[in-house]
Amino acid sequence: MALLEAINPLLSAGWQKGGHEWRLENDNGWRLKDYEARGGYQSLKKILETKMSSDEVIAEVKKSVLRGRGGAGFPTGLKWSFMPKAAPEKYIVCNTDEGEPGTFKDRDIQRFDPHAIIEGMIIAAYAVGAGRGYNYIHGEIYELYQRFEDALDEARAAGFLGQNILGAGFNFELFAHQGWGAYICGEESALLESIEGKKGQPRFKPPFPANVGLYGKPTTINNTESFASIPFIFRIGGEGFLNLGKPNNGGTKLYSVSGHVNRPGNYEVPMGTPFAKLLEMAGGMRGGRKLKAVIPGGSSAPVLPADIMMDCTMDYDSIAKAGSMLGSGAVIVMDETTCVVKALERLSYFYYEESCGQCTPCREGTGWLYKIIHRIEHGQGRPEDLDLLLTLGGNIAGRTICALGDAAVLPIQGFLRHFRSEFEYHIENKKCLVPPDVQRAGSTFFTRNMGQA
Amino acid sequence: MLSETTLKKIDREVAKYPEAQKQSAVMAALVFAQDELGWLSKDAIAAVADYLDMPAIAAFEVASFYNMYDLAPVGKYKLTVCTNLPCALSGGVHAADYLKQKLGIDFNETTADGKFTLKEGECMGACGDAPVILANNKRMHCFMTPEEIDKLIGECK
Repeated sequence: MALLEAINPLLSAGWQKGGHEWRLENDNGWRLKDYEARGGYQSLKKILETKMSSDEVIAEVKKSVLRGRGGAGFPTGLKWSFMPKAAPEKYIVCNTDEGEPGTFKDRDIQRFDPHAIIEGMIIAAYAVGAGRGYNYIHGEIYELYQRFEDALDEARAAGFLGQNILGAGFNFELFAHQGWGAYICGEESALLESIEGKKGQPRFKPPFPANVGLYGKPTTINNTESFASIPFIFRIGGEGFLNLGKPNNGGTKLYSVSGHVNRPGNYEVPMGTPFAKLLEMAGGMRGGRKLKAVIPGGSSAPVLPADIMMDCTMDYDSIAKAGSMLGSGAVIVMDETTCVVKALERLSYFYYEESCGQCTPCREGTGWLYKIIHRIEHGQGRPEDLDLLLTLGGNIAGRTICALGDAAVLPIQGFLRHFRSEFEYHIENKKCLVPPDVQRAGSTFFTRNMGQA
Repeated sequence: MLSETTLKKIDREVAKYPEAQKQSAVMAALVFAQDELGWLSKDAIAAVADYLDMPAIAAFEVASFYNMYDLAPVGKYKLTVCTNLPCALSGGVHAADYLKQKLGIDFNETTADGKFTLKEGECMGACGDAPVILANNKRMHCFMTPEEIDKLIGECK
């Protein structure tokens, strides 16, 4: 199939898709020798052997229109070009603090392709002139943090890290830093605070990390998938990468498909692939049930109803046009057994729990939002509650240092835009439109062994 | 208060950061202290802070900010279940209900014999493998079914 042949051979080509069969102990494809057999570290070698200048490296990444895979979609090459040339001490940081509900792609990259991250970071360091880097790894994936430490040891032993890399007179040290359970550290400036050994509370911007980053020095911080896409860009060229996707949306991208599908998992497809195709790759709807709604870009992205979603293609522009955002590419699929009020209640609890407490509108407001949705779900909602939620949201969004406040409000706006009548039904009838036994059947915990699907 | 082994592990972390930035190792150091002592008392946190030449309150700020540090004693096995939306759609909440019934405790409680503590987790970045249970912060158990949960509990001696 042409679609699948186009995917990045250094990324997901060899992954087992949506399977239960994977076990940490019998997965052997991540080591240096395996990565090199797939063509790994060839891009770094080519860049150093042909003495490409840092400007040429950045230009190639710009040409690829690789857009930041962490959620914001900011062009990676442009970000690199913001780094001041003359600064003596600069850093590269990889954001593997993946904790946006629905997102689990970086975990698979850590699991199957740690060397793609390392190679991407070395190339980035060369391009921006950084001497040291850190990969900040989500606390809950301790086993993969250890694997990354092992991969770093291999890369050091092979001369890809350290002093005078491959004899090219370029020095770069790379280390792993483990998080320990804080969603907010996925925000880049909170992550930098966390590496500095502090609470992960976001910083005011500007100044941006490119000027004042880790330890106050210029820092480039990118998502794991962004770095892991870099080696492939230098293998097929920036233009080749761009052409895999569609204009302004370069390359292939990993989509994490979760929820009511037969084969939840990560799927790498070219940008612009129809959602219907992605759903089909994930095995279609579980139990053949009807699609109700999709959150297309992680929990912070506004939900879209089935009919709108089925017309979307998976790229930044198409999803934005439909009124949501592609975010991290986390596609949360919900079928007709889902109670949208309960779904939103759980998401709102998450933002309340994870607010760092720094800004009053977010610290207090996320709690109020949760309380209101909680009472609607539990039959104590008032008719004025829905407008109250929107007014309250309007007083949080845009009034906080970081985007967590906005992220807490966007799902509420999305659910009320498309499913307001179900909320009204809850308030009026003090119960859900979807009967409890139907909801219970949806999860299939008691009726079906997910692993044997 | 901290063993030689733990201090050696901390030294290895300190070496990852620039010389003037010892504090960067505090997160890892607190993890090692928790591993050794079972939970982080104020004295344990102060010992870590002292070793890294930072104020005890700065280390306490870190210990109290991140979810996976335990500031009170927990059971021998701490089981954390993710119940966030993507996991819930594939049985996360039902897995938690099953565990509660099986162990006879609610979230944030410990069994009378001190063996199990149950926690509700937020996103572990493993939504495709739901239901997911994290054991003692470090070992992730995926695709949990009632049978798999029974097996896991049986393996916790």
